[in-house]
Amino acid sequence: MDPHVSDPSAPLKGGPSKKTEKKLAKEARHQVISFVFMIFLTSVAFLTVASDTIPNRFAIPFILLIAVVQVLMQLYYFMHLNDRGNGWNNIMLWTGIFVAVMTVPTLMLLIGVIKF
Amino acid sequence: MSQAYAKKSVLWDWLTTVDHKKIGILYLAAGGFFFALGGLEAMLMRIQLMFPELGFVSEQTFNELLTMHGTTMIFLAAMPLLFGFMNYIVPLQIGARDVAFPFLNSLGFWLFLAGGILLNLSWFLGGAPDAGWTAYTPLSSAYSGTGIDYYVLGLQISGAGTLIAGINFLVTIINMRAPGMSMMRMPLFTWSSFVASALILFAFPALTIGLLLLMLERLFGATYFAVDMGGNVVIWQHLFWIFGHPEVYILILPAFGIFSEVLATFSKKRLFGYSAMVFATLIIGFLGFMVWAHHMFTVGIGPVANAIFAVATMAIAVPTGIKIFNWLFTMWGGRIQFTTANLFAIGFIPSFVMGGVTGVMLATSAANYQFHDTYFVVAHFHYVIIGGVVLGLFAGAFYWWPRMFGYKLNETLGKWFFWLFLFGFHLTFFVQHFVGLMGMPRRVASYLPGQGLDGLNLISSVGAFFMAVAFLLFVWNVIVSVKNKAEADPWDGRTLEWGIPSPTPEYNFAQTPLVRELDALWYEKMHGNGKLKAAEPLDDIHMPNGSILPVIMSIGLFIASFGLIYHVHPVTIIGLLITFGCMFVRSIKEDHGYHIHKEDIQKEEGAG
Repeated sequence: MDPHVSDPSAPLKGGPSKKTEKKLAKEARHQVISFVFMIFLTSVAFLTVASDTIPNRFAIPFILLIAVVQVLMQLYYFMHLNDRGNGWNNIMLWTGIFVAVMTVPTLMLLIGVIKF
Repeated sequence: MSQAYAKKSVLWDWLTTVDHKKIGILYLAAGGFFFALGGLEAMLMRIQLMFPELGFVSEQTFNELLTMHGTTMIFLAAMPLLFGFMNYIVPLQIGARDVAFPFLNSLGFWLFLAGGILLNLSWFLGGAPDAGWTAYTPLSSAYSGTGIDYYVLGLQISGAGTLIAGINFLVTIINMRAPGMSMMRMPLFTWSSFVASALILFAFPALTIGLLLLMLERLFGATYFAVDMGGNVVIWQHLFWIFGHPEVYILILPAFGIFSEVLATFSKKRLFGYSAMVFATLIIGFLGFMVWAHHMFTVGIGPVANAIFAVATMAIAVPTGIKIFNWLFTMWGGRIQFTTANLFAIGFIPSFVMGGVTGVMLATSAANYQFHDTYFVVAHFHYVIIGGVVLGLFAGAFYWWPRMFGYKLNETLGKWFFWLFLFGFHLTFFVQHFVGLMGMPRRVASYLPGQGLDGLNLISSVGAFFMAVAFLLFVWNVIVSVKNKAEADPWDGRTLEWGIPSPTPEYNFAQTPLVRELDALWYEKMHGNGKLKAAEPLDDIHMPNGSILPVIMSIGLFIASFGLIYHVHPVTIIGLLITFGCMFVRSIKEDHGYHIHKEDIQKEEGAG
């Protein structure tokens, strides 16, 4: 029997299977691509502010939008939220976001930070 | 790993315990103490209001009494008492040996106690907080004495403890359920504790931020709420109620859970509409967040906002109504046993419905302009809090007392207690609706004679005495019943907590149980041999070591608070160093816990 069944701290023997190797390679590729993409998004955000031709009216919602994209990529590509066993993390996270999305703008409207 | 756990003195054992059952009892003891304290404050206020223009306490003292009554009852009595039951019962109901983080569990309790003691020390050190339990700015930021500093720091510390406890229960219920215990097989008390813990997780940060802003304003000269400096006083109200409204449901949902357990057990039927109950609990939890502004209809947030929040508030009546009907249907056709616990559960239904009806009246924003800040509001929330939470706590106490302490409370005394309490409660608060409609404002130290308020106020105060006598009867009952030793399953229970020997062994379940149905123990009684099936072979059980660190950490924050209140910064730094030092020790010191050996378990189980 594999020693890990009785003792999870036993040292590992042998290499990973072909399937695992393929999966790891795919994951590494995903991480590199998303890393590059995130640097691209950050630079776009930077340029949006730095450039005088883009008005604030557009820049602020635009930066917020790409920030949301980045956060989602962080959560799913780097923190592996879509892996198995993360169901509850997802539920709690999205419930929290849902509550915050309802509460924070309402609060800002009510105390007059933003007006409609 | 260390071998047998060396027995220390009893006091040391309770100070260092990380056992969820002992922490549950600690919560109950501390919560019970604060409950008595809050009740005493209420009695003093009711004596003052017995006759017009009475000078029993001064106006300042009255303000302090009223602030501390609300704060104590919500934060230091109702919530810890519910935490007491949750701590003791939830792990047993899901077939777990402990909560997910035993050390944090202990830390949560000691933080709550440190905050509670800090708050109450203000009585002796220059005056208690006097700005109402809601501590509205600018009253609390610009015009109050040091009492409010105690309020801010005491609540901040005990709030941190509550947040820790809430997260602990979420993780426990998600990760530590016994094999076969799917989410939809969890007893309703566990479900409602789960939803309440989620509410704590999402709501308490708003309180933390609000208190932080108030602390910065009072202690460090910030101007978030100072209108002349460009601040906005309404920010506090919003932050407070974004926390404060879910808080109401943090209190009532576990009480609903207790009623669901009690009514099903004493009707000898499974809970009617189990899945509807679960979804109603979730919906109530969610809507609890979306309605906070109904506390501020008259602040001037505008007719559109008022209308939206009015409708959202009334919507809560729908899932609550679903629950009420399910409880009635649970009783319908059941073999109802009128034990004291069940009397409390049955008495709850009409009492709470009356509170719910006045809730819908208050949610009508146009009518709210008439009700606002009168005794009508006082009557309403006492109807839901006492008629819901307090009756739930007493139902839970009578129901689970044999499980927790190994003896049964006297039923005759219990019934006297129930009828006196219920009668006193309705006598006190029913008339307050009319006092309010006649225009008596809340939070006033007195009233003038000849306005039609005299008689009703006297009746109300007399009712309060009934409740006080009833509570003393309960305390008496706790003392005299010690001899009534109870068997392990005195009520013919349905859920896992009744399937283990009494007194509960420190490892709870010798073998993790296998859950085959909702109401697991009842299923085994009907379809098996009446014993829980085991999901694992009998083996050594790993247990966590006790730790004194939570106590020291809480004392550190306690000391730091005094430094902040009196602006003695070295004291603040010393206090924080103690706390961070404990965190450092906890981080680097390896602690593997210990094992209870198979042979010892066999011996104990054989004997028990």
